Amino acid sequence: MRTFIKTQLWPAVAILLVFTVITGLAYPAAVTAAAQTIFPGQANGSMITVNGATIGSSLIGQSFDDPKYFSGRPSAAGAGYDATLSGGSNLAPTSQVLIDRITAQVDALRKANGNAPIPVDLVTTSASGLDPDISPAAAEYQVHRVAQARSMTDDNVRAAVARHTSQPFLGFIGAASVHVLELNLDLDGLLR
Amino acid sequence: MIPSLPGLLQAFSLFAVVLLLARPLGGYMRKVFDGERVFLSPVIRPIERGVYKVMRVDETVEQRWPAYAVSVLVFSFVCILALYLQQRWQTYLPLAQTGASGVGNVPQDLAYNTSVSFDTNTNWQNYLGETTMTYLTQMAGLAVRNFTSAACGIAVAIALTRGLVRKSSPTIGNFWVDLTRTTLYILVPISFVAAIFLVSQGVIQTFASSTSIHTLQGAVQTIPLGPVASQEAIKELGNNGGGFFNANSAHPFENPTTISNWVEMLLILLIPFALTNTFGRMAGNARQGWALAAVMIVVLSAGSLVAMSSEERANPSIPAAIAQNIDQSRGNMEGKEARFGADTSGLFATVTTGTSTGAVDSMHDSFLPAGGLVPLFNIELGEITPGGAGAGLYGILVFAIIAVFIAGLMVGRTPEFLGKKVEAYEMKMAMLVVLFLAASILGFSALATATAAGKAGPLNGGPHGFSEILYAFSSQTGNNGSAFAGLTGNTLFYNLTGAFAMMLGRYAMIVPVLAIAGSMAGKRRVAASLGTFPTTGPIWVGLLIGVIIIVGALTFFPALALGPIADQLLNNAGRLF
Repeated sequence: MRTFIKTQLWPAVAILLVFTVITGLAYPAAVTAAAQTIFPGQANGSMITVNGATIGSSLIGQSFDDPKYFSGRPSAAGAGYDATLSGGSNLAPTSQVLIDRITAQVDALRKANGNAPIPVDLVTTSASGLDPDISPAAAEYQVHRVAQARSMTDDNVRAAVARHTSQPFLGFIGAASVHVLELNLDLDGLLR
Repeated sequence: MIPSLPGLLQAFSLFAVVLLLARPLGGYMRKVFDGERVFLSPVIRPIERGVYKVMRVDETVEQRWPAYAVSVLVFSFVCILALYLQQRWQTYLPLAQTGASGVGNVPQDLAYNTSVSFDTNTNWQNYLGETTMTYLTQMAGLAVRNFTSAACGIAVAIALTRGLVRKSSPTIGNFWVDLTRTTLYILVPISFVAAIFLVSQGVIQTFASSTSIHTLQGAVQTIPLGPVASQEAIKELGNNGGGFFNANSAHPFENPTTISNWVEMLLILLIPFALTNTFGRMAGNARQGWALAAVMIVVLSAGSLVAMSSEERANPSIPAAIAQNIDQSRGNMEGKEARFGADTSGLFATVTTGTSTGAVDSMHDSFLPAGGLVPLFNIELGEITPGGAGAGLYGILVFAIIAVFIAGLMVGRTPEFLGKKVEAYEMKMAMLVVLFLAASILGFSALATATAAGKAGPLNGGPHGFSEILYAFSSQTGNNGSAFAGLTGNTLFYNLTGAFAMMLGRYAMIVPVLAIAGSMAGKRRVAASLGTFPTTGPIWVGLLIGVIIIVGALTFFPALALGPIADQLLNNAGRLF
């Protein structure tokens, strides 16, 4: 029993304590110190400030239903873009609930935007429920509606979309996407 | 079956860089495990000595296999108990007020499941990270287990390697030394660099409490914060997979850009592939390691192609009258992030389940059935292509032993591996590993489908509901941790059966593996002759792939036919549930 405590139990307890200090306290503290020094903006959530007030994080999507704003993707996070309840719908492709939801979204989108084919990302919920992006096709689909609501020309709105479109890294890593919140801020003239 | 060109290029770029890094990192790890000086020694060696002093462990004294196994089990038990108590009392500990409001102490069954989950390197999560765990529990509880459970797996893999390559040795190394060196020399330094890089991409790292803001349209949005990057790095590197947030690596704060996504996949694959090189070096023949890496990359690539091309397709269950109004050219985007897209999500799903990681950047439950089959089958193959940190190497070595045995039967000679005779004892232990895995996955799935408590779990109907149950027990037994997350897992039934499956999948594998290590270590090495089946080269690679696929397919095909295969056929026919 004594050898068991000395050669097995004590080393197990001791190494857990030591590693809790090293990997559980010292390591995250060191990463935090370095991150806050080198990349303070990113480390604190990439917050966007307008006229001194924080209006959101550039990484976390927001709900938009006003026709003058581009809207993001449907969200399964709480009542929509609830950042304390991130997650997807987890509905199967064969789910009746999914198809009913898509049908309703298609109807609503056609009512608001006309009869062009709807890009699939506008009728599907994202994995996080907080997706800040839409596809370039999904932005183009909404250009005319936003332009009309703002009494702007389609081409002026298109130019704003282009300013907030990012291409896949190196051309093949990830997908092209349009940043919805920044685009809307830009249209409101709130982006410096 | 062929994904788009960008998807192919992304997979190729990823695998190429992983294989390029395997050699230098594999060499570095070999030196670390043999106690040789490396470039980090001036900084780390004094800390290492200090750890041994506190443990009162003599680093020069090695253990026989039973002592090594007891060390693994005692250490794991102490870790499970400590994490359980930490969750039960988390509100009385510091840093409890930060994080989402209303965090309480974790209920008994959930705390038990979570503790076993993180200590077995599974990271199955029946809780919501945002609202269940305090910063201290995440950082000084869960993240610590990300280090220790990965280090534990790597230690066992190195012990098995020593057993295979040593001649007439009674011992297979010292667990405490292996555990310490893995953590200090390998996991902490790489995690630190990776964490800083992830912050540069937008992953958060702060101790500030969650913050409420008014959105552009005037709604109130509460944005959770926390020390995420430090946990994200080891979560991927250690093949753990437990997300700080519920959405895991799909959450923009865990995985903000396409670049961070690629780097996270790299971190996932880094150690499992490098360990094959370490194995080759310790065996004195680098080609032994490359053969294993080749097997891994072939199966991983095949899975990637299927998952990526499956997700690039439109969902055939959407009725034509509605589908004609939708442009589905971007593929099946339900449960996927716009910045990643369908093929990147398919690739990530393959990578995270080919290893024992289980981090997700998309929701596997919403994959088309053929796409969801890939992660499921990957896990059921035993996660050996390339497998988890350490667990992948010892897993594929078990299959290597089975493969040389089968080759030996075909030519009628006593099978040998690395010049050691493989005999009845080793075969019994190898078969135990395979049988425990299958019995746990199929047994618990059967139990769940036969009981009301089990049947209450699935969100979706039809064969997909069965897939959710099968995936849950495959993932937990395989210590993966990803989920068909529609399943409601936070119930007494799933918390307890899941914890049992995770322990079986971990320790009923480690103990026989160490027994093989001990038995092989004691054997003399026989000289290779003309009749020796070489365990390098393309024939060996082909044989090993065949054995892995056949064992996996024979064991799980009936269950897969009831789940994803039936599901895909009905999906093609447009059936809804």
